[in-house]
Amino acid sequence: MRLKTLILGVAATAMTVASTVNLAQSEELYVPSLSYRTGPFAGGGIPFANGFADYLNMLNERDGGIGGVKVKVEECETGYNAQKGVECYEATKAKGALVYNPLSTGITLQLIPKAPVDQIPVLSMGYGLSAAAIGETFPWTFTYPTSYWSQMSSILKYIDANGGLKGKKIGFIYLESGYGKEPIPLLEQLGPKLGFDFVTFPVAGKDMQNQGSQWLNVRKERPDWMIMWGWGAMNATAVKEAAKIRFPLDRFIGNWWAGAHADLDPVGAAGKGYLAANFSGIGTDFPALQDVKKLIVDAGKSQVDPDKIGDVLYNRGLFNAVIVAEAIATAQKKTGKKVITGADMRVGLENFVLDQARLTALGLPNFTGDVKGSCKDHEGAGAVFIQQWDGKDWKQKSELIAPMTDIVGPLLQAAADKYTSDKPEWKGQTCG
Amino acid sequence: MFYREAGQFKTNYKADSAIFPIFQDRMGLTLIVAVAFIIPLFGSDFLINSFMIPFLIFSLAAIGLNILTGYCGQLSLGTGAFMGVGAYSCYKLATIFPDVNILIHILLSGFFAAGVGCVFGLPSLRIKGLYLAITTLAAQFFLEWAFIRIPWLYNYNDSGAIEVPQRTLFSVPITGASATPMARYYVILALVIGLTWIASNIIRGRIGRSWMMIRDMDIAAELMGIKPLNAKLSAFAMSSYFCGVAGALMVFMWLGAAEVESFDINQSFDILFMVIIGGMGSLIGCFLGAAFIFGLPIFVRAMPDMMGFAMNSATADHVSRMVIGGLIIFFLIVEPHGFARLWQITKEKLRTWPFPYA
Repeated sequence: MRLKTLILGVAATAMTVASTVNLAQSEELYVPSLSYRTGPFAGGGIPFANGFADYLNMLNERDGGIGGVKVKVEECETGYNAQKGVECYEATKAKGALVYNPLSTGITLQLIPKAPVDQIPVLSMGYGLSAAAIGETFPWTFTYPTSYWSQMSSILKYIDANGGLKGKKIGFIYLESGYGKEPIPLLEQLGPKLGFDFVTFPVAGKDMQNQGSQWLNVRKERPDWMIMWGWGAMNATAVKEAAKIRFPLDRFIGNWWAGAHADLDPVGAAGKGYLAANFSGIGTDFPALQDVKKLIVDAGKSQVDPDKIGDVLYNRGLFNAVIVAEAIATAQKKTGKKVITGADMRVGLENFVLDQARLTALGLPNFTGDVKGSCKDHEGAGAVFIQQWDGKDWKQKSELIAPMTDIVGPLLQAAADKYTSDKPEWKGQTCG
Repeated sequence: MFYREAGQFKTNYKADSAIFPIFQDRMGLTLIVAVAFIIPLFGSDFLINSFMIPFLIFSLAAIGLNILTGYCGQLSLGTGAFMGVGAYSCYKLATIFPDVNILIHILLSGFFAAGVGCVFGLPSLRIKGLYLAITTLAAQFFLEWAFIRIPWLYNYNDSGAIEVPQRTLFSVPITGASATPMARYYVILALVIGLTWIASNIIRGRIGRSWMMIRDMDIAAELMGIKPLNAKLSAFAMSSYFCGVAGALMVFMWLGAAEVESFDINQSFDILFMVIIGGMGSLIGCFLGAAFIFGLPIFVRAMPDMMGFAMNSATADHVSRMVIGGLIIFFLIVEPHGFARLWQITKEKLRTWPFPYA
């Protein structure tokens, strides 16, 4: 009897599966959000996903969507796992997805070859493959506002301005994954050019919270500066360990995924002085953020904890949504259509202009540097600033630092050529 | 009533030792294979790409582990790493010899995995059970380390990931992003059917019997003239071959690019769970186990959406974990020998249905 009920149950559910066809509503801009609110990296994934969704939902509430069409944000849980990320991609792409923001270098690498085939652009905002900055090679991938390599060069510039680079020893501690390894080729090439030494300290994913041996090596190697490419639980641990061996924290710079409230709140006062790169404004002192607070958060339409609005990663997710919204608006203007497709979205991403005037109009004055889309350059102007942890909060320390475009540019081109060298079928584009 | 062998007389030895001696079994299998072949014509891309393809690949890996654990009794926790050996060697072969057909590379890459499997299988001659599991765990960690730290294996890619180039079969692309799910599915289906058939015949033959003798009692087997060296190492080789091919298929025909995380210890555990839930020492159990462990979470996550009520994605993920965990416990309590045993019981019941006499 029980078996019979079981079989009947399975059959019934199978019927529902078979009969369910994804009916994409045509009057809608569908933006999937590959988020991760579970797993070891949820600490970073949650605020980012909140910021991303809240901004687009705020546009729906305040302006009735973009160009009069509502935006639908649908989250799909990836757990920062590449296989689940691809599963999410497959599950959402047929619903008319406009753009993917995977927030994971691993997932981005999987999606890059799929993007041209399915005609859906990938916006890996400040992560993913650095070489994707070359628009002629990667028509469907964007890394606005800046790539890992450009950012690394900005950080090196900061070091240069604060005591010089020549003859210094830089320690590079990184999460041992596609993400963490990404800037190493740049260090290898820039080291001899700019006259600094560097040593690497890899941290395996499962040892994120156990970095004793790496920091013992740091003590042995005595680098003048430390740079970190960390994510998730790794960041707080690294700052704690650095403080423990009395490494001067104002000479320890994290990249923009290693400098959020989620990372430093558990460290607290012990992390005072720690530096990190950032490209999205800090705090809630922006009219747009006030709108989000009023229309979404206070109305109970968000998953965010009201205290956490304005956190570094919340604002980063919001900034990602701003770029998406601007690209949609540009695409609508360019094509004259209200409901756009992934291919139109690509045009939008290549043509939007986010300068200070536009940022002010959006209610985000001085939120970030200028970002301008173009066919050739898929990373935008890409300046970052350095922020410092004062024991309780992040404070902006430096002005915007532009990357060393003249040095990084040719390296990016070479990397893009290498990527396509064993893929004869790869299709680039020519920019007029 | 319908499922009974009465009246099916075997008049020669060949018919008597056929894989499926019962007519109804043959019909059932034909039906399943036929359905498998026509599914892509009706199913969505999502069904093919995110369920059917990985399901077949994991079934193959589970067959690999089942040969070792279910038939030869050697517990292994290195399945993920052996899959990785297959994937990385296939990648190296495909980039060194780009003109050779990719299918040949996929089938060849299994031999590299078999070689590595044999090396890590050597300790099995001295140690058994959980202690052997620890040495295979060493294989897992060592190989993971090698995949990260030997850049030659991933052609010095900056990202440390292996990316699949486009390759064709009869001028239809079967790997790379532009290969249609349907094309990839048929290639995988053909390979999995072929390899399953080979596995079933080896298991039924002399080699498979020697594995089972070793599993049931190694000292008795040795007294009867089975060399443990040959039996155990051949099981390791055979098992790793299947895992290696599954790993190569996973990267080349499903994921399209992979980092070492795809072959970590969790992958090994997942395959082991498939074998345990599916049924040790059963080929059909491998398919049932793979469908359960891999397919059910996808299904559970998709459920709220299909039923039309909104659930946020993280909650759906948590619910899916709880449901799967509960079901694993439920099935192991109801039937500790896995789905294969449930299937067997069903078949026995069917024989006497609708007039059971016992």
